[in-house]
Amino acid sequence: MMTSSQKRAEYRALFKQNVPGRLIVDKIMLGVILACVVTALVPLFSILVEVFKNGLPALSAEFLTQTPGAIGSGDGGIGPAIQGTLIIIGMASLIGVPIGVMGGIFLSEFGNNKLGRLVRFFNDVFMEFPSIVIGIFAFLIIVLVLGHFSIWAGAFALSLIMFPIVTRTTEESLKMVPLTYREAGLALGLKQWVVTFRIVLSAAKSGMLTGILLSVARIGGETAPLIMTILGSSQFFAGFNSPMDALPLRIWRLSLLPYDSAQMQGWGAAVVLIIIILAINIGVRYFFARKGKRGGLFSMMRSGIRR
Amino acid sequence: MTTVVGVNSKMPVNTIQDNAVAAEDKTQRDDGGYKMIAENVSVYYDGIQAVKNVTMKFKERSVTALIGPSGCGKTTFLRCLNRMHDMTKNARVDGRILLDGENLYAKDKDPIYHRRKVGMVFQKPNPFPTMSIYDNVAAGLRLNGVRDRKVLDEIVEGSLKMAYLWDEVKDNLKKAAIELSGGQQQRLCIARALAIQPEVLLMDEPASALDPIATQKIEETITELAKEFTVIIVTHNMQQAVRVSDYTAFMYLGDLIEFDETKKIFTQPKNELTAKYVQGQFG
Amino acid sequence: MLKAAPHAKSRKITADKIFKIAATAAGVYVLVVIALMVFELLTESGPVWQEEGLAFLVGSDWNAVEGRESFGAAPYILGTLVTAGLAMAIGVPLSIGIAMFISQAPKFLASPLSIVVDLLAAVPSVIYGLWGLFVFRGFFLELFERPMHEAFGGSIWLFAPAPFGLDILTASVILAIMIIPTISAVSREIMMAVPQMQKEAAYMLGATKWEMFKLSVFPYAKTGLIGAAILGLGRAVGETMAVTMLIGNATGPGAFPQSFFQAGQTMSSIIANEFIEASPASLHLPALIGVGVTLLLVAIGINVVAHILVSRMLKVREGVINA
Repeated sequence: MMTSSQKRAEYRALFKQNVPGRLIVDKIMLGVILACVVTALVPLFSILVEVFKNGLPALSAEFLTQTPGAIGSGDGGIGPAIQGTLIIIGMASLIGVPIGVMGGIFLSEFGNNKLGRLVRFFNDVFMEFPSIVIGIFAFLIIVLVLGHFSIWAGAFALSLIMFPIVTRTTEESLKMVPLTYREAGLALGLKQWVVTFRIVLSAAKSGMLTGILLSVARIGGETAPLIMTILGSSQFFAGFNSPMDALPLRIWRLSLLPYDSAQMQGWGAAVVLIIIILAINIGVRYFFARKGKRGGLFSMMRSGIRR
Repeated sequence: MTTVVGVNSKMPVNTIQDNAVAAEDKTQRDDGGYKMIAENVSVYYDGIQAVKNVTMKFKERSVTALIGPSGCGKTTFLRCLNRMHDMTKNARVDGRILLDGENLYAKDKDPIYHRRKVGMVFQKPNPFPTMSIYDNVAAGLRLNGVRDRKVLDEIVEGSLKMAYLWDEVKDNLKKAAIELSGGQQQRLCIARALAIQPEVLLMDEPASALDPIATQKIEETITELAKEFTVIIVTHNMQQAVRVSDYTAFMYLGDLIEFDETKKIFTQPKNELTAKYVQGQFG
Repeated sequence: MLKAAPHAKSRKITADKIFKIAATAAGVYVLVVIALMVFELLTESGPVWQEEGLAFLVGSDWNAVEGRESFGAAPYILGTLVTAGLAMAIGVPLSIGIAMFISQAPKFLASPLSIVVDLLAAVPSVIYGLWGLFVFRGFFLELFERPMHEAFGGSIWLFAPAPFGLDILTASVILAIMIIPTISAVSREIMMAVPQMQKEAAYMLGATKWEMFKLSVFPYAKTGLIGAAILGLGRAVGETMAVTMLIGNATGPGAFPQSFFQAGQTMSSIIANEFIEASPASLHLPALIGVGVTLLLVAIGINVVAHILVSRMLKVREGVINA
């Protein structure tokens, strides 16, 4: 039954002396993979370098606070755009964060049933809705009804992009809080809503804040839904029922103009936007996500996959 | 010059291959008849020493059991024997491991030259789930460039026979490997390791995930395999060590406490710690 | 006999009850929004479905002139699929390579690298567009498009039109860069989900690292990796700004994607370009909304498939081997 030692040697003789060749193939594949990595890194670095290189020179107090000048003149600045971005993010968060947090609470504390599964599934699906379609929706139910462009429409559209992310991250964060916290609170006679808000939410604070801040960074960069809701403008905030500017919109509009000065202003607006967004992203990572596991969770959450 | 018999004679038999065969087959008796020698082996994980200067000698055609309580370093030591620690981040191995006189840790050769000489069977059966029984056993052969269907068939059959699995699967080798029972999967893993014609077989608690009947079959297989191979098996089951092994090594906290014939270790251990362990006083 | 305390029944509306209702309302909100959205989109695009019927999806007219209005979304549907498909063809191999590297590299390399790749995802689409427009386009035109056109323009129709940088290929390449973070992040999770013992089994046989991937990782992770790729496809389909800024803006039959260097149009870019100008009174706006409906269906369909594939692989990881 057993293959004799001699037989084994014979079989071994049939093995090709291919180890050196296999090692070479291995090295080649390593090279290919490194090439992939470099190919991904180059654009990122190029973007950052170019945005800062071209944008920083454009920055000045005047640039950051004034309204745009005549088209092509190179005068003026992006004051309204910065103001607009801050206003619209703030308004969208006012709507989106409470809904998102309560939604996350629903899924985590009350969601172990058919309704919960349904909500969870559609929440994940909704995260994949193209943002321009969400913009169309906001246009239809607000702008069209009111008869004019409106900041409410823009804030509403951004809140729709925001809340599913907050729901998701809130749910995941709440789920990480051990059951014993809740049981202890209830055992002390506290009402469930008190337990949830005072105890569980505090424990889940950093995860939730991470999710909220990341979603703020996300909507800060959104352009498409703003096109047909707040339209863009060269004036500062002029009431909730007028068009307003925002950084992404201004960047886009500037990029369409054939003037060099417009291009420079575009880079300037881009550097402001990217500083805000990167600051939030890097800040969140540094302050909140120190555990290694969370890092993977980020990427998964970001790409919308549920384990 | 060894002649190659029983195989498709279309195989070119050239002198270079014959010499290689002769060289591999030559048993250098300058180490006193030992197939494998571990000399002053130490393993460090992140600076912490898990195996402390262990020296062991394994005779040809024998079964050596490594026993000891959890964390004593027996599995860590076992994995040195086929350079598995190369995969582990932050692991460092010192010392020499000689197989037929050749140092596996010599810097001149890439580990993959040596790993195919030392087969390994793991704690839980881990056949490649997307492959059939045949392909699992043939996997190592294909890596080594064997393409001839007849040769593959022959070696697959031989390996499955040695693992005592042939009769149970011979009618349908194309079946998916994961459809086998746990015990069968483990024997499949043994066949897979045997297919690349190793001289030494390492087994890391091979029956710990199996039921008693499957365990018995594995133990019978090990006993048979010892007629041709050098088997080194880690086990936490002392009765298994008694049943199966010729020699036993008792390790504790990274040190080799005692190494002797199994009979002696379990009836007249020289070391007090060994005595305590085999009597079940700790572990 | 124990009686319930008399005051218990009068406190029907407790704070807890309000809490639960509020939470449930927040949960159900997404269902309401989706339903309302689908309703609104279908209703407001109604006129174009009535006028063109399902031929809207295969027609290629794009005429907003009053009296001769006729709309067909086919070029844009194809534009979306072609650019997304090209983005996948470029992005998927790169992403898998990156995921392979990160999953095998030592921690001091892998950690910063994955952070860097994630930062790629944080850059807004409009800035990708800006960079593409003012930086990438120039290089790409000089180093790739013009030479290819000169070499193959006569023989291969893909390279036939004279390139000027704002075309289907440029948009697709930028799109590929944008979907790399998504695909590689998910791929990485999937590769790490392959049990260590599977990898060790390959190494035990004497496999090189690459052979180990071929033997243990790829067959095991195949389903999940395909899911990751399709997830990237879903992202690419929904992308708007960068594509709008780089694709060259063609409309009508001229927008049918036929070659790399021609100007094109996707479903999202036509909406971005024309929505504000379209008069609600005409058929133009309903046509754009109809394009939006189609885009929504395509994006969701793709994403649902991707989710199923990836979840299935991640859930099954433990249960594959029935020891």
